[in-house]
Amino acid sequence: MMVSHNYLTSSIGKKQIMAITGLGLVGFTVSHLIGNFLLFLGPDAFNTYAHTLTSNPLIYLAEVGLGSMFLLHLVLAAITQLQNRAARPIGYLAKKSTGRGETFASKTMAYTGLILLAFVIIHLINFKFGSVYESTIEGETVRDLYKTVIEYFSNPLYVVWYCFAMVALGIHTSHGFQSTLQTWGLRHPKYTPMIEIIGMLYAIFVTVGFSACAIYCYLQN
Amino acid sequence: MSGKEKIITVHLKLWRQKNRSTKGFFEEHTLEGVSTGSSFLEMLDQLNEKLIREDKAPFAFDHDCREGICGMCSLMINGQAHGPERATTTCQLHMRSFSDQDTIVIEPWRSSAFPVLKDCMVDRTSFDKVIAAGGFTSVNVGNAQDANALPISKENADLAMDAAACIGCGACVASCPNASAMLFTSAKISQLALLPQGKVEAHKRASKMVEAMDELGFGNCSNHAECEASCPKDINLSNIARTNREFFKAKIFSEKE
Repeated sequence: MMVSHNYLTSSIGKKQIMAITGLGLVGFTVSHLIGNFLLFLGPDAFNTYAHTLTSNPLIYLAEVGLGSMFLLHLVLAAITQLQNRAARPIGYLAKKSTGRGETFASKTMAYTGLILLAFVIIHLINFKFGSVYESTIEGETVRDLYKTVIEYFSNPLYVVWYCFAMVALGIHTSHGFQSTLQTWGLRHPKYTPMIEIIGMLYAIFVTVGFSACAIYCYLQN
Repeated sequence: MSGKEKIITVHLKLWRQKNRSTKGFFEEHTLEGVSTGSSFLEMLDQLNEKLIREDKAPFAFDHDCREGICGMCSLMINGQAHGPERATTTCQLHMRSFSDQDTIVIEPWRSSAFPVLKDCMVDRTSFDKVIAAGGFTSVNVGNAQDANALPISKENADLAMDAAACIGCGACVASCPNASAMLFTSAKISQLALLPQGKVEAHKRASKMVEAMDELGFGNCSNHAECEASCPKDINLSNIARTNREFFKAKIFSEKE
């Protein structure tokens, strides 16, 4: 019952690890969005949530797990991209889609992925390692993350960039979600169309959800 | 021939390459008097007759049976493998799919695993190597068994037959944005994995064939589905899903290191 040494270097092995890490990130994104919805309930609800989350010692374990998933996804994407480029050294003069296969989302996975990488870096700098204000909730001093959020989203350009990145996220996951299941061998004439719809609904949900939070925060100023 | 047949003129932009080691280039030709009733390959024959008459080197392209079953013809026609029609090989494509004064760009399959031999002829030995890596199937020797001794469901027989319809032309690789050979390899894995005769070595075969595919320099599948869309035999993506499952099982349940 041992994973053979060449599983990770095989094309399918790499894709399956990429798929499973992608699915993990999809799950994280949903929980993050639900947390963000507390912004609508005001500073106390949001700050209490953020405080409860970050004061739990298990957060470090979660961060390491999340970070490694992200890095693994990224490194494997880079490796497969380079291999794919090497597999076709001379391109076509007149390549045309059949219109029955590749989609805008599937063709732009690398680009939307790079946008998301830039987004995550900026996001962490701004919010995780950004300005720390303090507020008091029921006698306890907590970080006023709400204030930081409102501050950043007072800039309309920041809101535009944020929404743009969320559209990229939606496009990326609209292909990624169904691709993940295919890579793990889950394909069925009855369920695959349903899986594609769920992937699309998920993509719309995260894009609209995160963007709504950003626009709401902008309107608070 | 139908009464609707027309005579058209086409402008061809062909990839010419002397051999494996030289650099190729595009060459333009205008061909007049092409019947819309002729097949695409007959149009190229017509071009070659003209080139020979003009004492020029004929354009090299792969072809054999010219009835869509041998898998020899190829050609990227206006950026699409085997041309614009669905489930059609180049030899089954007719000039009625084109209009008068159309420019037609003809390129070879582009993949580092399919080196160009001359013009638009490519070396598809890589596919033979993937098949060879699959090895043998265990067969009971001795007297022929009773026909009903091996129950095979109609569904599985159909799926295996559908996978076996793959003619190994390479359109999947050519049309894949990643130049991946997953559709071909998965069809060859599936046609045996679905039947009792091939079940015995199914995992080992999946593992070996995928390994060979990777080593030959094909790209990684990222589920664009261009392969399925360009396949002249309509090979289904579910074969790729099956291969992904078989490969995972092969690696996880392998008794060897």
